[in-house]
Amino acid sequence: MADLHKLTIYELSEKLAAGACTSVDIVNDVLASIDATDGKVGAYLTIDRASALEQAKVADALRAEGSTLPMLGIPVAIKDLLNVKGQPCTCSSKILEGYTAPYDATVIAKLREAGTVLLGRVNMDEFAMGSSTENAALGKTSNPWNLKHVPGGSSGGSAACVAADEAIAALGSDTGGSIRQPAAFCGCVGVKPTYGRVSRYGLTAFASSLDQIGPISKTVKDSALLLEVLCGHDKMDSSSIDMDVPAFGKSLTADTSLAGIKLGLPKEYFVEGMDPEVEKTVRDAVDHCKSLGAEIVDVSLPHSKYAIAVYYIIATAEASANLARFDGIRYGLRVDGKDPIELYGKTRAVGFGSEVKRRIILGTYVLSSGYYDAYYLKAQKVRTLIRNDFTAAFKQCDAILAPVTPTPAYKLGEKTDDPLKMYLDDILTTPVNLAGNCALSLPCGFSSSGLPIGLQIIGDSFAEETILKIGHAYEQTTEWHTRKPEIS
Amino acid sequence: MSEANEGMDVGYVAKLANIDLTTEETALFQGQLNQVLHYVEQLNELDVGGVEPTAHAFPVYNVLRKDEVGTSLNHADVVANAPAATDGEIRVPKILDQ
Repeated sequence: MADLHKLTIYELSEKLAAGACTSVDIVNDVLASIDATDGKVGAYLTIDRASALEQAKVADALRAEGSTLPMLGIPVAIKDLLNVKGQPCTCSSKILEGYTAPYDATVIAKLREAGTVLLGRVNMDEFAMGSSTENAALGKTSNPWNLKHVPGGSSGGSAACVAADEAIAALGSDTGGSIRQPAAFCGCVGVKPTYGRVSRYGLTAFASSLDQIGPISKTVKDSALLLEVLCGHDKMDSSSIDMDVPAFGKSLTADTSLAGIKLGLPKEYFVEGMDPEVEKTVRDAVDHCKSLGAEIVDVSLPHSKYAIAVYYIIATAEASANLARFDGIRYGLRVDGKDPIELYGKTRAVGFGSEVKRRIILGTYVLSSGYYDAYYLKAQKVRTLIRNDFTAAFKQCDAILAPVTPTPAYKLGEKTDDPLKMYLDDILTTPVNLAGNCALSLPCGFSSSGLPIGLQIIGDSFAEETILKIGHAYEQTTEWHTRKPEIS
Repeated sequence: MSEANEGMDVGYVAKLANIDLTTEETALFQGQLNQVLHYVEQLNELDVGGVEPTAHAFPVYNVLRKDEVGTSLNHADVVANAPAATDGEIRVPKILDQ
């Protein structure tokens, strides 16, 4: 094996262009890596071997004809909530058993147009509701850095497969941190784009005012390239913004100076109960950015501590409406009843897991007559305050540096009995979804027990170029992203 | 949020949401969700008088397109996903005259 699976998109693209390998070689290498390690990691739900090799052959033929598509011949894994025509799309739920997607999500169509090889579908928390990929009905996923620990969630399969070199990159989705948190736990790079940048057509909706699709990759530059492929206006998603997509990939140069860039440090993000190793590692990363020429300024995001309360009202309210479509009538599981109402109740009882049921019930309650103003409307007003915090902060700085999570990856089973405890871990990622701006997560060190720690770089709305530039400069001058787990 | 202090009736709300819960689930969720509701009550500390609600981070209004016939999903592919179908139509239990 030529170890092609260990390389990045850019490294492989160079080899492909030079004729040093073919896409078929890469896919064969990646499939061999999956065979060797996925029995332990458990990232994949389905692997499309024959189809992946066929797509690779097509890519090689296109290259022979002179094609230089940006992702030509690069194998990528897909989170199991994105529709790929002719494939299952279970969202890790029993309620979508037997469903076959009749169309491609817009991001899938864009990946295909860019020449990407679609490898297979990876595990997640059911309907993206969770932070550890333990709320999954169809499989268990472990953290490649320590198999007894969670990979994070909800895009746990996406991060785990990239960290384990079982895919060159992956797509995830981020509603309250579901790209950034698993990327941090697994030592990968992940980007939550600005709300409206990426079309959600074909993404199974969880909370529509928060959901965004984004890349998980081995380097910042790879994420930049993928982001460029994914972004763009789509008439099929009315929240999609009609604006030009910058050349994110090309905008990253060898220049590692951060001179002239102001980075904000919010005191509210160094929360009580934060793991001291995480705090020290992130503060070291801040110092490193300073040594590259950045100016560090103190900023305040005073309403951050309310983000979890606001998030779990708004996200569950929207989920209760979005998941009403899973009723056993048009697709997926059906448990028969004497009338439709009985059929709905029985189907949803069997089809949904506990966390999904809890969130639908909470969401139904906060939207119900008599409670709407007290919960949902109030949460929307506090959401405005959280947005205003970011608007004020970005008048003082170009980007914000923060941890991604209060602790490194915890043990499997450690928090499954206590939903509120699991929710509280999202404290550092949910504010960005509520405000709608962009953020990326990249590796900035390891705990003494060898688990990755992530640095979060938060940008203003549509300031992806700024956060990618900062992340790229950090990555070029550190070696954390080059470390690989020993999977055992 | 004063009414909230009474807690929610999980059994009743589950009926509104069309989810049949077992007795064990009802009891478990009752405790867990009351804990979550208690947690979110901290929003009462804030004075939100005069604050406009945010529904979407980037509100886009009146997205219109020309009323033109486009390509639809393949009928057979869509009906093939139905748990029960006859002659290209989805079958459901009888609603009237039971």
